Amino acid sequence: MKLVTAIIKPFTLDDVKAALEQIGVLGMTVSEVQGYGRQKGHTEVYRGAEYSVDFVPKIRVEVLADDTTGDKVVDAIVEAARTGKIGDGKVWVTPVETVVRVRTGERGTDAI
Amino acid sequence: MNAGDTAWVLISAALVMLMTPGLAFFYGGMVRAKSVLNMLMMSFISLGVVTVLWVLYGYSLTFGNDLGGGLLGGFDFVNLNNIVGTLVGVAPTDAAAPWVDGHQIPHVVFVVFQLMFAIITAALISGAIADRAKFWSWTIFIAFWVTIVYFPVAHWVFNFNGVTGTDFVGGWIANKLGALDFAGGTAVHINAGAAALALVLVLGKRKGWPREPMRPHNLPFVLLGAGLLWFGWYGFNAGSALGAGDLAGVAFLTTTAATAAAILGWLIVEQIRDGKPTTLGAASGAIAGLVAITPACGFVNPLGALAIGLVAGVLCALAVSLKFKLGYDDSLDVVGVHLVGGLTGTILIGLFATTSVNSAGKEGLFYGGGLELLGKQAAAAGAVMAYSFVATLIIAFIIQKTIGFRVSAEAEATGIDEAEHAESGYEFSSLRSGGTTSAKHAEHTAEKVSATAAAGKEG
Repeated sequence: MKLVTAIIKPFTLDDVKAALEQIGVLGMTVSEVQGYGRQKGHTEVYRGAEYSVDFVPKIRVEVLADDTTGDKVVDAIVEAARTGKIGDGKVWVTPVETVVRVRTGERGTDAI
Repeated sequence: MNAGDTAWVLISAALVMLMTPGLAFFYGGMVRAKSVLNMLMMSFISLGVVTVLWVLYGYSLTFGNDLGGGLLGGFDFVNLNNIVGTLVGVAPTDAAAPWVDGHQIPHVVFVVFQLMFAIITAALISGAIADRAKFWSWTIFIAFWVTIVYFPVAHWVFNFNGVTGTDFVGGWIANKLGALDFAGGTAVHINAGAAALALVLVLGKRKGWPREPMRPHNLPFVLLGAGLLWFGWYGFNAGSALGAGDLAGVAFLTTTAATAAAILGWLIVEQIRDGKPTTLGAASGAIAGLVAITPACGFVNPLGALAIGLVAGVLCALAVSLKFKLGYDDSLDVVGVHLVGGLTGTILIGLFATTSVNSAGKEGLFYGGGLELLGKQAAAAGAVMAYSFVATLIIAFIIQKTIGFRVSAEAEATGIDEAEHAESGYEFSSLRSGGTTSAKHAEHTAEKVSATAAAGKEG
């Protein structure tokens, strides 16, 4: 099984969610995060003094997938989240040892 | 005694009282979320401590018969004795006490009205040392500061000969120098602003300033606070006419005109300098205008008020960025707004004062009065600024060296609200405030806890 983690621009979340629903993804976890990549932060002005704001607000989407659908999930996210401008984010995939559904105790791909 | 005048001054006292909670929100919104309660408390405690001292001896030191040189009032009214049943404005000997003559009001009404000025003046200073002062050290500071600085300075400026008692002598600025200060540009704003600067120099910068921006956590609070201040300021300025008549109306109008112009002045500076007009700038601009018109509101015409407001808005907007260049952490711009705005208004009276709005005023430079008034205004402003700065520096230094004035670096980093008050302004996290445990789990947990406690006792 795979865990697909995506860092995306906040305003692309709706598109990403729709794209994942379309390929049959049943659940996801979303959190508000801050960070920076190659784009670095940006500068803001306060009371006439300029500040660099290092961390930019982003959304982190986490989706569990079985081994066969992992790539499809990645492609769907990348396509929906791309604007072509700097700061579009990243998607990565990590292997998952096991998954348990708390209510039923099901394990493995049945629990996804 | 006139019931209308008395009613207006009573209402004005209540309006000025509201300025202190208004100020608390104006300042509270400007700090970070982790120090909002401490910021509110720094203003609120002034209502407590200054009122008590005012009753015991503060009013007497301010408005008692002069002890000598026009420097300090005597002990005629200690514990507010000899007040009830008497009138204020009994026998003013000086033409420069115009707004009392013929408008006698009960002495007790004057006492509460003037009390509110003392309260807010001390509270104003707090913005300069946001996020980092020990609560009780600040409270003790206020007690010493009003005693050593505010009461004497208010005596200099507000106590006119013969006003609080027949043959009573008042303060030197009001009577001997003859500078004009209608509602407290010197005694309130220059005084608080100079004290703020001294306090900042003793306490030092916040950790991380100016590298971290430390932006306001709640700008709606700031605008709400500015609105309450503006509203209350009508009591402050128009109430200082001490009567419900033409002069109160003039002060009301000039206060509004100057504030409007100052908002525009500040926002135009921001647009040119930063490229955006900000909410914080609009709120700050309004306060800058209110501060600047305070000494002038009963002596200038509406056009003069617009000019004073515009100049104050522009100058204060430029002044608040000075702290970054000079490196002093006047956190919420008490110096940039109150000292600079107070100086602006007090000095500009020397240009814009006209007896056409107030026959007991004087003519400024633009109305054929020459440079005399300007010189007097500068002397009054300079004297109050110098005395307040030096005396505050000494008081703050002694507190710093004895009981300490700053919270620990750790308390400052984690937030002064938790460290000083064991509270937090916003309990948004369900992990902290409960609600994550279901009834079933709560019961289970309670059993476990009592079992552990019982085991602990046996052990």
